[in-house]
Amino acid sequence: MPIATHRTSVPVVVDEAKCIADKGCRVCVEVCPLDVLWIDEVTGKAHMRYDECWYCMPCETDCPTDAVKVNIPYLLR
Amino acid sequence: MNVSDIQTIDTDVLVIGGGTAGPMAAVTAKERNPKLKVLLLEKANVKRSGAISMGMDGLNNAVIPGRATPEQYVKEITVANDGIVHQPAVLAYARRSYAMIQQLDAWGVHFQKDETGEYDVKKVHHMGTYVLPMPEGHNVKKILYRRLRRARVEIENRFQATRLLKDGDGRIAGAFAVNTRSAEPLIIRAKAVVLATGAAGRIGLPASGYLFGTYENPANCGDGHAMAYHAGADLANLECFQINPLLKDYNGPACAYVTGPMGGYTANAHGERFIECDYWSGQMMLEFFKELEGGNGPVFLKVNHLAEETIGEIESILHSNERPSRGRFHAGRGTNYRHQMVEMHISEIGFCSGHSASGVWVDERGRTTVPGLYAAGDMASVPHNYMLGAFVYGQICGEGAAEFAAARAEPRLDQAAIAAELARVSAPLAVEDGIPPEQMEYKVRRLVNDYLQPPKVTRKMEIGLERLLSIRDDLPALSARDPHELLRALEVQSILDCAEMAARASLYRTESRWGLYHYRVDFPERNDADWFCHTRLYKDEQGRMRSGKRPVAPYVVPLDEAEKDAYQRLRVKKAANA
Repeated sequence: MPIATHRTSVPVVVDEAKCIADKGCRVCVEVCPLDVLWIDEVTGKAHMRYDECWYCMPCETDCPTDAVKVNIPYLLR
Repeated sequence: MNVSDIQTIDTDVLVIGGGTAGPMAAVTAKERNPKLKVLLLEKANVKRSGAISMGMDGLNNAVIPGRATPEQYVKEITVANDGIVHQPAVLAYARRSYAMIQQLDAWGVHFQKDETGEYDVKKVHHMGTYVLPMPEGHNVKKILYRRLRRARVEIENRFQATRLLKDGDGRIAGAFAVNTRSAEPLIIRAKAVVLATGAAGRIGLPASGYLFGTYENPANCGDGHAMAYHAGADLANLECFQINPLLKDYNGPACAYVTGPMGGYTANAHGERFIECDYWSGQMMLEFFKELEGGNGPVFLKVNHLAEETIGEIESILHSNERPSRGRFHAGRGTNYRHQMVEMHISEIGFCSGHSASGVWVDERGRTTVPGLYAAGDMASVPHNYMLGAFVYGQICGEGAAEFAAARAEPRLDQAAIAAELARVSAPLAVEDGIPPEQMEYKVRRLVNDYLQPPKVTRKMEIGLERLLSIRDDLPALSARDPHELLRALEVQSILDCAEMAARASLYRTESRWGLYHYRVDFPERNDADWFCHTRLYKDEQGRMRSGKRPVAPYVVPLDEAEKDAYQRLRVKKAANA
């Protein structure tokens, strides 16, 4: 069965200028209960890889540099 | 990969699920018997996993001397559940409730106290007074984590348990697990296992259509219910669904328990009260549903009549605890508690004993029907247990599991079961052109909404069951392209199992009970002659899903005649001249 990809706007936004994942920080990735935050291999920064968010906020609350912002998913807004 | 290539680790006590009940079970087992090895397995990370990821704004069932007695509480929960409760289990909770509050207090969890230093309990239930606010309850998980480290409990994060393992005598022997980042399998041999995997909160589809916008933390997808079922444990009263009154679309609690004692209430479109009591019960939900669907609907949370300082206080609690993104949701819509009522709706269905009564059957010692297997928290069958009940039963199970493990030699593992499980968990990664887990999950959950959401209709549920079973035929085509998708592919199989259980359990009980939770339009009456019993759901020796009855144990706290239908009279009575 052929597979297509569909585009989706994700709720968690990471400010790459503030994110220190490239220095080894993994806090947001670690605390996400759904494991949807990953490190971008090119930039070394955290980003939301899967649109599977409970808008629960540990990633934002625990981020040491205030780089993470949790928006309400578009379908709920 | 062969079975012999899989890493095996040994422990005395294995706790599956690091949310609320799980950490308490693990800490208790280790503290009771420091010689034991205790391993806590968590699909996410114990620092922020489970229902109370961001804390909790209050205790909903605090049984505090001077304000309530355990016996009173048992009566309240019995009446709220239309009589179908295992009272010894509710009483066991109630007797430990206060000691657990004191223990949590000593650990650093803050509860609201009045000017004399007494716990500031509020009345929300229909009969008694049990709600204890915790306006600073956002740090519960941090405190639990500290206790886990102090007790030296071993922790394995990002491992999804997929099946329980048993020995040749039918006793528990451990679990099979898969790493959610690498897809690497793991065998954990254990002398006793505590299941604490939370509610099955990802069975139905939220009204928003967003798969992860569930009321429950969507990681709580019914893995534990499915594992217990496949291990041959009884599940109980699964037709008693969880359906909650929530902020529409946001799908988080409107928090009548927080706002109620401050003067807020659930209202209809005219801003009028229509229920006397905002405590979540099936009867309350039926009145809520009628109002929602009726000419006076929809339903709203009303606080805009309150003073500025009260509204400010409500906001500061609701926007910092449990579901703190709520404030952001309101801001995005331009909704302000001061100026307008907030629209509410009902949640998707689920299994959750925290608020309702369904789950893996346990007795007053947290024991399931499989020797050595315990269950606690939202997944176990003790009704209306909430967070404090999860802690108490975590403790009870921790004690029981420690005792069971200490008395036992190393269990022998069933190699054939391990080989079968290895094949099952490896399969989706080998399918390249197939059905992605998201698509299959959407379909299962959409069918649940279409066919199983109350009011329940027999023929519709039969069709729903048929359609769900036909999805089983698609399982060989289920495809995962990476370990993360494998996690979802394994979850969707738990979701499908739970959906089938929900359909079969609902078809089995041919009466209506628990208000909206099991409202069968073609069997509209309660029928105590035939159905004053728990229902069982279990896997028989041929592997078929079966139902049966379990008698209600004799009450340890008898009810007065006048109290029996207190929860049947929740609708506000209009004056004759109104």
